[in-house]
Amino acid sequence: MLTLTSRRALLLGIPALVLAGGIVTAGAMMSSVPSDLDLALEKPTAAGLYKAAIAPQTNPITVGSMHAWTVTVLTPTGAPIKVAKIGINGGMPQHGHGLPTAPQVTKSLGGGRYLVEGMKFNMRGWWTLDLAIDGPKGPDTVTFNLVL
Amino acid sequence: MRRAAAILSSVLFGAGLLAAGLHAASAPAVRWTEEERAIIRSLALDALPALPADPSNRVADDPRAAELGRALFFDVRLSANGQVACASCHLPERQFQDDVPLARGVGMTTRRTMPIAGVAHSPFLFWDGRKDSVWAQALGPLESSVEHGGNRTQYAHLIAEQYRTAYEGVFGPLPRIDHLPPQAGPVTDPEAAGAWEAMPEADREAVNRVFANIGKAIAAFERMILPAPTRFDAYASALGSGNDAGILTPDEVAGLRLFIGKGECVNCHNGPLLTDNHFHNTGVPEARGLPEDLGRAAGAKIVREDPFNCLGKYSDAGEGDCSELRFMAADGHELLRAFKTPSLRGAAGRPPYMHAGQISTLADVVAHYSTAPAAPAGHSELRPLNLSETERRQLIAFLATLNPNTSEGRKSF
Repeated sequence: MLTLTSRRALLLGIPALVLAGGIVTAGAMMSSVPSDLDLALEKPTAAGLYKAAIAPQTNPITVGSMHAWTVTVLTPTGAPIKVAKIGINGGMPQHGHGLPTAPQVTKSLGGGRYLVEGMKFNMRGWWTLDLAIDGPKGPDTVTFNLVL
Repeated sequence: MRRAAAILSSVLFGAGLLAAGLHAASAPAVRWTEEERAIIRSLALDALPALPADPSNRVADDPRAAELGRALFFDVRLSANGQVACASCHLPERQFQDDVPLARGVGMTTRRTMPIAGVAHSPFLFWDGRKDSVWAQALGPLESSVEHGGNRTQYAHLIAEQYRTAYEGVFGPLPRIDHLPPQAGPVTDPEAAGAWEAMPEADREAVNRVFANIGKAIAAFERMILPAPTRFDAYASALGSGNDAGILTPDEVAGLRLFIGKGECVNCHNGPLLTDNHFHNTGVPEARGLPEDLGRAAGAKIVREDPFNCLGKYSDAGEGDCSELRFMAADGHELLRAFKTPSLRGAAGRPPYMHAGQISTLADVVAHYSTAPAAPAGHSELRPLNLSETERRQLIAFLATLNPNTSEGRKSF
């Protein structure tokens, strides 16, 4: 079942999200993606105030389709941050453009989880997702890398 | 956790296939990596998903609405001078476009006519995306002073007099409108605009409903207009079975390789319609003699305020159905002079190019993307490609494989 999903994604040309470092090998289209890109979807924020994780609600992600993600914000020791303002930005560093949409947190799902609606990637390649988190410990940022 | 494991293992499997493709590139006719094959197949017409639902138009898939819409699409009485129909610029035998730099209705517009095939897959319409549904798009030209040049009560009267039965079969009873002025609407013509202002709100509302329904019927018709298969599609389908030899010439295959590789065309011209349905500033020169065109920077603001948008009261959608509009990027420097990526299906057969027909030939378009000139305003996303003469020729050869097959191109509407 799992492999079927992936195989179908490849056969249809619907790129699966690459989640782990070292997997982005030398495909012709991806040759310019830095090989040492940090593809972790869970990491401490820049100043270490929080731990943040992102997860798509759709798998695999289809280029060109609107979809939602969840963002989880925790303290460094793993306790949920139940109230935080989260701004979402991002883009394609190699193309010099931002996200094609203006995604927003639309709901707190509890347990430090937040629903982000309005995500879309309109092309393959290296994307960044930048979160600006303002919670009880103050503002902090975190950047995630995604390769479609 | 289970989901993470699932994603990870599917990725690992994909990576394995990718690696295998890189090393076992010994296909019978042309060497493609597995990843390249996947990209090529993702561009083929058989990868086009089913028509997306349009929750904002409850009659979008009603055949009676489509029949009414077809009649309206070709009806020149929907104009100020009795000579302009949708089909006047969207010529069915010419890919529903008109071959001229600037569309001509009752006057001269400032934009190139866009083709219609596959339009229902597009979340935003027009070069600047100032409409967010096919039905809302259809309303714009009807009351533009240089396109159809008419107004809302004129069209409502026409429906009452000429299309009452068909209309009421789809939308229910027409409101009483026989007491309303023959020419009234929120248009540039001062007399019609004045008459509209003088109408009671309830009457304006009733006419607006009829007007929106005209668009919804036309949209039901336009949704059925889909791109025809091409030689490229035959090649992409055959790639899987290994029977691809001889479908494309070596030059065309080389052009395809440039298209998905060095040329980076596929970045924006992706998916089965060869468009990302987004807006990009590619440094297209200004059109001589026309006012400054801000592109998406203006279009995003217009669609947000449009009473006929997905969130408006004439839409049949719930708020949850309008994510494209709700989460639209409406601000930022990237929107300045950004224009919609056009589908490349049939593009080689319909010069001139760009949003105001500024570039006459495909060779000049390819030259533009190769040299990547600075944008007249805002910032171009392009970087120079420095394509050789041979590469340009090959790219153009490939683009011609996206022309509809002749037999399919004659399909009548």
